[in-house]
Amino acid sequence: MLSKRIISCLDVRDGKLAKSVKFVDTKEIGDPVAQAKKYYEAGLDELVFYDITASSDNRSIMLDVVSRVAEQVFIPFSVGGGLRTVEDCAKVLLAGAEKINVNSAAVKNPQLIADASKAFGAQAVVLSMDVRRAAPTPAIPSGYEVVINGGRTPVGLDALEWARRGEDLGAGELVINSIDADGTKEGYELRLTRAIADAVRIPVIASGGGGKPEHLYDVLTEGHADAALVASMLHYGEYTVSEIKTYLAGRGVKVRLPAS
Amino acid sequence: MITVIDYNAGNLTSVKRALDHLGLESQITADAQIVARAERIIFPGVGHAAAAMRVLHARGLDEALQEAFGDGAPILGICLGSQIVLAHSEEGDTPCLNLLAGKCHRFALADPSLKIPHIGWNAVKVEQPHFILKDLRPGDEFYFVHSYYPQPADAAHIYASSEYELTFPAAIGIANLFATQFHPEKSGAIGLNLLRNFAAWQP
Repeated sequence: MLSKRIISCLDVRDGKLAKSVKFVDTKEIGDPVAQAKKYYEAGLDELVFYDITASSDNRSIMLDVVSRVAEQVFIPFSVGGGLRTVEDCAKVLLAGAEKINVNSAAVKNPQLIADASKAFGAQAVVLSMDVRRAAPTPAIPSGYEVVINGGRTPVGLDALEWARRGEDLGAGELVINSIDADGTKEGYELRLTRAIADAVRIPVIASGGGGKPEHLYDVLTEGHADAALVASMLHYGEYTVSEIKTYLAGRGVKVRLPAS
Repeated sequence: MITVIDYNAGNLTSVKRALDHLGLESQITADAQIVARAERIIFPGVGHAAAAMRVLHARGLDEALQEAFGDGAPILGICLGSQIVLAHSEEGDTPCLNLLAGKCHRFALADPSLKIPHIGWNAVKVEQPHFILKDLRPGDEFYFVHSYYPQPADAAHIYASSEYELTFPAAIGIANLFATQFHPEKSGAIGLNLLRNFAAWQP
């Protein structure tokens, strides 16, 4: 039986680790390569790196980070942030990432999903979407809308519709990041995650709001997620990978337990 | 020296990096002559079976692999490389290398909540002993990402299996060929250990 995955997300700016809180201020908390290796050795299932470097001049720093991670970390990882063309995607895959992660650029240019899927296979294409609650309208029937540019700009696109479209275009996995829940540590957006997980046939990774192992339990069961992203609860040392997994296993969730 | 076959099918560098990490000498090549004479081969890959077979054929790598197999070189297929060593794949109704009798099928699952591709970590159960699998313990999990799975015609060629609604072959082999549907290069320490065993395997 397939295990539910625990994935951690590392935000990287100018080659250094940062964790965003509510997408506003970010503060640096360390070296992404050392952190990735630590999580790999602790039994984490997968990693995501988001490049939040502001200047495109510094993009090559990220490729160096990816390359150094790939030399030391032997679990799958994806890279996102600033990938606008198939060429950008090819660079991070060549540097050693398993998957590319597209978000705003795919909203602006959905063909990017199709082109990347055709070039690298659906398994290499993760569509991340930032979603926030909205009053239901004919354009946003689900009451969840897609926002871009780090959660600041609504685009008049229904999250459920975008998820289905992403699947049709050739995405292999979806990351559903709730802007409302992100940084709150009060739990994932269960209704949103479940609605999307039930609407598509590809795996759904829940993101935003994880603060306690109970929250992961909720989103992996009631929320129908295939995987959960955790950030600050690991980054700040509040929980270990082992503690989270042992908790989930104790409540009957199938997880890959770290080797003893 | 381990020769990693390059046929435009996914990220070969992750296999190379894993071998580097283990201190195992390796080279990536698309040269059919090098493959035909290689002492030990890894045949990785992700992507579409038909596209893969086209590239293999265009580069003469299909015949080179058959030659190396016939000469007894140890070969490790990974993921797509475990599928197209069979006679046929349902993916694109593609005739394949036929190093091992059998067919590659698409997952046809009754439970709509089970996602396709099958992505993530799943337990691999040893069905019969093999040198490459010698260190596996019950419950050990490996990383999978695939929508199709290899089904040898004869169950005697199934060395390990996994469950995803149905029981499917996760590792298959015959003579000097061994192949895993999962990715040892992305499966942490136990995956690296499997690669180390392959490097030491004397079929």
